[in-house]
Amino acid sequence: MAIMNMVEALNSALDNIMKVNKNIIILGEDVGKDGGVFRVTDNLFKKYKNRVFDTPLAETGIIGASIGLSLNGLKPVAEIQFEGFTYPALDQLINHASRIRNRSRGRFSCSLVLRSPFGGGVKALEHHSDSPETYFAHIPGLKLVIPSNPYDAKGLLISSIKDNNPVVFFEPKKIYRSIKQEVPDKMYEIELGKANILVEGDNLTLITYGSWVKEIVDIVNESKYSIEVIDLRTLKPLDEKTIINSVNKTGRCLIINEAPRFLNYSSEIISIINEKCFNNLKHHVERVTGFDTIMPLPKNEDYYLPNKERIKYAINKVMS
Amino acid sequence: MPITTLADFNVQKIEILDVNGNTDNKLMPKLSSNNIKKIYENMLITRLFDEKALSLQRQGRLGTYAPNKGQEASQIGTSFLLEKNDFVFPAFRENGVYITREMPLELLFLFWMGDERGMNIPKNVNMFTVAIPVSTQILHAVGYAWGNKIKNNKNIVLTYFGDGATSKGDFHEGLNFSGVFKLPIIFICQNNQFAISVPVKNQTNSKTIAQKAIAYGINGIQVDGNDVFAVYYAAKKAIEDAKKGIPTLIECFTYRLGDHTTSDDAKKYRDEKELNEWSKKDPLLRLQKYMLKNKICNNNYFKNLENISRKKIDLAVKKAESYKKKGINEMFDYVYDKKDERLNEELEYLKQFY
Repeated sequence: MAIMNMVEALNSALDNIMKVNKNIIILGEDVGKDGGVFRVTDNLFKKYKNRVFDTPLAETGIIGASIGLSLNGLKPVAEIQFEGFTYPALDQLINHASRIRNRSRGRFSCSLVLRSPFGGGVKALEHHSDSPETYFAHIPGLKLVIPSNPYDAKGLLISSIKDNNPVVFFEPKKIYRSIKQEVPDKMYEIELGKANILVEGDNLTLITYGSWVKEIVDIVNESKYSIEVIDLRTLKPLDEKTIINSVNKTGRCLIINEAPRFLNYSSEIISIINEKCFNNLKHHVERVTGFDTIMPLPKNEDYYLPNKERIKYAINKVMS
Repeated sequence: MPITTLADFNVQKIEILDVNGNTDNKLMPKLSSNNIKKIYENMLITRLFDEKALSLQRQGRLGTYAPNKGQEASQIGTSFLLEKNDFVFPAFRENGVYITREMPLELLFLFWMGDERGMNIPKNVNMFTVAIPVSTQILHAVGYAWGNKIKNNKNIVLTYFGDGATSKGDFHEGLNFSGVFKLPIIFICQNNQFAISVPVKNQTNSKTIAQKAIAYGINGIQVDGNDVFAVYYAAKKAIEDAKKGIPTLIECFTYRLGDHTTSDDAKKYRDEKELNEWSKKDPLLRLQKYMLKNKICNNNYFKNLENISRKKIDLAVKKAESYKKKGINEMFDYVYDKKDERLNEELEYLKQFY
């Protein structure tokens, strides 16, 4: 055990699994000597000769080549430097990575991991603070993982790398270094597709993921209501059972994230609750999200992002 | 301060076999009569497959189809020399390459009949599925070639695309990666003069496509794409270079004698005179003339071969048409390695209606 932040936990995950699986290679922009702009791949270049590659600056190329590497029996773990630069790679993810197994009726499959820092709250430049999870969650054949703490980040990344499907792994950059936790040095896995009930409660189900989990646990600890907090951990496949069981028990639900509101990932959760929990609902499902605007530059970032006040307001509303 | 020339480049074109069946003997590759026959057989099967597919499409027995008439020399000439474990990434007009690599004909028909099982390519055919989004496959080939290099595997990779693909970023990113990482790869551009209706002059202001290789520090060469010996010559050299980690872009200068697909009518944008001129350069006719002139075979050989080939094709169609629909499960079975609960639920829902 050691105290690690998320960057260190992810680095430890990569180190652990590269040690035992020689087929794993890392590629991306500045992931070599520099160790990635957030240092997630620090020192791996030195440690694993001919397995960590700085690529030319081309995101489509990185993911397109990763598909070919995977078809050749290697396991590429590709880093896209920021979520705002994953979009050129969407063509390769939507048109190929996610479909190869189906198109060839199982003759070929594509198993790769796309890692990328994700989300706002760090006062960054434009394109460095987006929440594009909906785009990725909408692609059949793809998995989508977003951890909320160092311990989960390590276990989920190891499971993502071991998975036989293409996995997008978004790392909430706001909590890259701000949460420190005991994390085992050894390799361990956290199963994909399983949500985590962080706090049990009876009056309200609060669903979130990524950097919002910690914020919410703080609010819940101060709240007068008995609130159950679910950290989704995997957005695709979604652990519907955990959500349904919880909402059927509490009868109330609030969903929190920072993506634009229209077709927000929460819309699908609300739709599931509508189908599976309708008779037990005591209030319509509430949500606190970003807005249908462009994510503002740092000066106005606070207007856009959910905050304690908006979350407490929503809790009171859904409890009324 | 002076102005200095930092580099000089030139672009070459290879031609060996002319329209009358005469060859440039200095350049003519060493090929046994048997191999020349084998090349011709593959070209003929490809042509007959094309005719059959078009006819089946008109009868409603096959879906939208992209014909490759006219491009047989470009396809067979580049793939004939490949070793078993070399790997090919095609676009969607490369039946000739699938045929050279011994893909069962019935699977090719099955695919064009609208059945995914057609792309369940047998393990011994080292070739990837059809790629429809233009130029995207180039990057897969680059990744695969990179994998060979990382694994110290000596096999090479080929990828095919058209002139339109050279306008897309994937092409440029792919060539660039191949140069940077010194990959064992050959890029084959079948410049068939049109991307659906847009002629190549509106696609690029470059004099040749071959010269685009220069920008990426890899080899580039243009060949007469209707001259199977020139294509073979260029491929042989490119294979040797690929094994040394020097990639090559081969521009096969050819012509799509058919429509873009069965949903297209090239009369709307293509000059009939031009089509007639190119029909005279038909790669099969040229090779026939050469074979007769050099007494590799007689006319009977061509007649017999055509009969045998047509029978093979008819048998393949029969087999393809005998595939029964597999039912609703299949649509859900290959999305992930294991069906998740949601897919199971969707399947159960759909079952009520069947």
